[in-house]
Amino acid sequence: MAWTRNVLRVDLTNGTCKSEPLNMEWAQQYLGQRGLATKYFVSEVDPKVDPLSPANKMIMTTGPLTGTPVSTGGRYSVVTKGALTGAIACSNSGGYFGAELKFAGWDMIIFEGKSLKPVYLSIVNDQAELKDAAHLWGKSTWHTEETIKKEHQDPLTRVCSIGRAGENGVMYACIINDLHRAAGRSGVGTVMGSKNLKAVAVRGTNGVSTIRDPKAFMAATVAAKKVLADNAVTGQGLPTYGTQVLMNVINEMGALPTRNHRDVQFEEARKISAEAMAEKRPSDGKSHLVTNNACFGCTIACGRISKIDETHFSVVNKPEYWGASGGLEYEAAWALGAANGVGDLEALQYANLLCNEEGFDPISFGATVGAAMELYELGILTKEQIGMEAPFGSAKAVCEMAEMTARGEGFGKELGQGSARLCEKYGRPDLSMTVKKQEFPAYDSRAIQGMGLTYATSNRGACHLRSYTVASEVLGIPFKTDPLVTEGKAGLVKAFQDATSVFDSAGVCVFTTFAWSLADLQPQLDAACEGNWTMEKLAEVGERIYNMERLFNNAAGFTAKDDDLPPRLKTEAAKTGPAKGLVSGIDKMRPEYYQLRGWDEQGVPSKETLGRLGL
Amino acid sequence: MQKSLHIDANKCTGCLQCEMACSYENYGVFITAKSRIKIFDFENEGRKVPYTCTQCAEAWCLMACPVDAIRLDAVTGAKVVNEATCVGCKVCTIACPFGTINYVAATGKVQKCDLCDGDPACATACPTGAITYVDADWTGFDKMRAWAGKTDNATRASA
Repeated sequence: MAWTRNVLRVDLTNGTCKSEPLNMEWAQQYLGQRGLATKYFVSEVDPKVDPLSPANKMIMTTGPLTGTPVSTGGRYSVVTKGALTGAIACSNSGGYFGAELKFAGWDMIIFEGKSLKPVYLSIVNDQAELKDAAHLWGKSTWHTEETIKKEHQDPLTRVCSIGRAGENGVMYACIINDLHRAAGRSGVGTVMGSKNLKAVAVRGTNGVSTIRDPKAFMAATVAAKKVLADNAVTGQGLPTYGTQVLMNVINEMGALPTRNHRDVQFEEARKISAEAMAEKRPSDGKSHLVTNNACFGCTIACGRISKIDETHFSVVNKPEYWGASGGLEYEAAWALGAANGVGDLEALQYANLLCNEEGFDPISFGATVGAAMELYELGILTKEQIGMEAPFGSAKAVCEMAEMTARGEGFGKELGQGSARLCEKYGRPDLSMTVKKQEFPAYDSRAIQGMGLTYATSNRGACHLRSYTVASEVLGIPFKTDPLVTEGKAGLVKAFQDATSVFDSAGVCVFTTFAWSLADLQPQLDAACEGNWTMEKLAEVGERIYNMERLFNNAAGFTAKDDDLPPRLKTEAAKTGPAKGLVSGIDKMRPEYYQLRGWDEQGVPSKETLGRLGL
Repeated sequence: MQKSLHIDANKCTGCLQCEMACSYENYGVFITAKSRIKIFDFENEGRKVPYTCTQCAEAWCLMACPVDAIRLDAVTGAKVVNEATCVGCKVCTIACPFGTINYVAATGKVQKCDLCDGDPACATACPTGAITYVDADWTGFDKMRAWAGKTDNATRASA
């Protein structure tokens, strides 16, 4: 049993912290992390709850493999009802925080209610207490982490926190841990802020000693690490170039959404690519990229650590941004860059640093800027309203908008509402590139058809991490499919969604799936966890989790019409590239997908489906 | 042949697999807090540096110990703490110039790297080759070779 079997329940309203035993029956049905915490969540929270009300809960959760030598075994997730979406949210983060929480002896923390005043939760092994955070409120995540470490006189305390974005109600606020890792999407940081919870600091010295069969476990982890090391993507591409390896590849495929999805190729993609990050820049003769970086237990090490150009206009006289720090990853580089037609790498890194420092999602933020720029170019938003000129391609505008969003000043307040609310307010909801109010990531649904279905049916709103069919449609993993066709994509998306649910529930990173299939994860899980974790059981657990999330969303008021893409992607054909002339075939794929899922035409799981999955 | 842990910080990604391996080897638990090798994260520079005992030939910790709790392993060259003898006086932690022998409050003893009887778990676990276990007489060889290569290039470039 790799679970600690302990749940920490924190009542913020009454200021109490209590331990309770983990429901082991549920653990056998939902594994851990995403699955198990969502089971707790849907069992305790009314689906109709206002995400920002005290009645919403927030769960920070580890998986059974978190805090073990399984490669990438350091993940934790935050499960809640998302502020941005109103749907079930589950945001996953690496760094060191998750493993430390497990080392302290906790499978999950359930936060309930709302504190009267700002507090942070301090955990040292089995000792948990809420502490005053008045001196941290209004401060950045970087300041918060540094201050808590100093006050605890323990540099190895691990901290996750919200920045000013989470305090100010930016609807896509993140929770940042270890300076630049984020539980990023759906506004989980906004929920944390609404509870007056500034941070969680954790120190664990107990460790994980509850592996079912340690000998078999160590052998399985070693074998699986070799699979990662021998794979071209996880062994070479990701450590060398990071996720940014995709920038030029996706652009050449005509799948790089540009200028709020008006275009599918960005003429300056190369300038913001992995290759550009590695080049020596003229100003100081140094490359943007300093080194790669691993999260806890990760043998891939895709993370990027970069140093910004000190002479760039965004950071002149701001030495606090001159040190090495996280970024750029592909999604952030795309959203801050291509989505707005901005090809200034250093400007993107500055905006990215602000996202980490003040805790907001660069994908949603960048895509919202893209929508604002389109509204500006159409004359719907004026220079006076925004406070600056904001045409596509303006690096200056992206930097200033990031600052005003972080601080909740001026037009930043409107940008902080996300693209769906912004475009709705100005009478052009069709210009919001979102599903369930969550902004698209960096793959165009017209050129990679499977991703359109992925976005439309993702339980947390538009997201690439619920079924990354790019692996199959672009990279040929585990087999190559044609990105331009809709045939076969329903089955592909379902298979990816169910398998990903298992990976997200185990405590490992979804990037392992470039090399691992469930068959590689299974022996590690089975050796670690009590219960007979066969391939069949895991497949069923994955499908059960996906349907459980769906049931919550349906009960929250989502229907089949929410499983749809913006009209632009269905009516405005791709102008260039291999997908030229194509629109998304979402309306063809959706019915087939529902059928494969065992859902009716309204996207409601049938009685048979629910019975088969024990829901 | 005597071997040494050889550390190349440039290759360290900060994954902490070494810390988990060390704690598991010595305590049967995955817990980085009890590791005898530590990864130091200089965030602002983007550098991660593994650090542990270098097994000094003339070991000040060993000489400082008033109860002879630290002995030399003649095969590996490791300086090894005998927990049964250690009284937890911490004099060795003061004597060590590098801070790589540490007091553990939970046991009332000190702990340090003992090279795992000649098969260091950290080196085995390191996925990038940042920690290797090599012939003690050749620890600088790769670095010399790298610099030698650069010297050669520079000469040709200027010629």
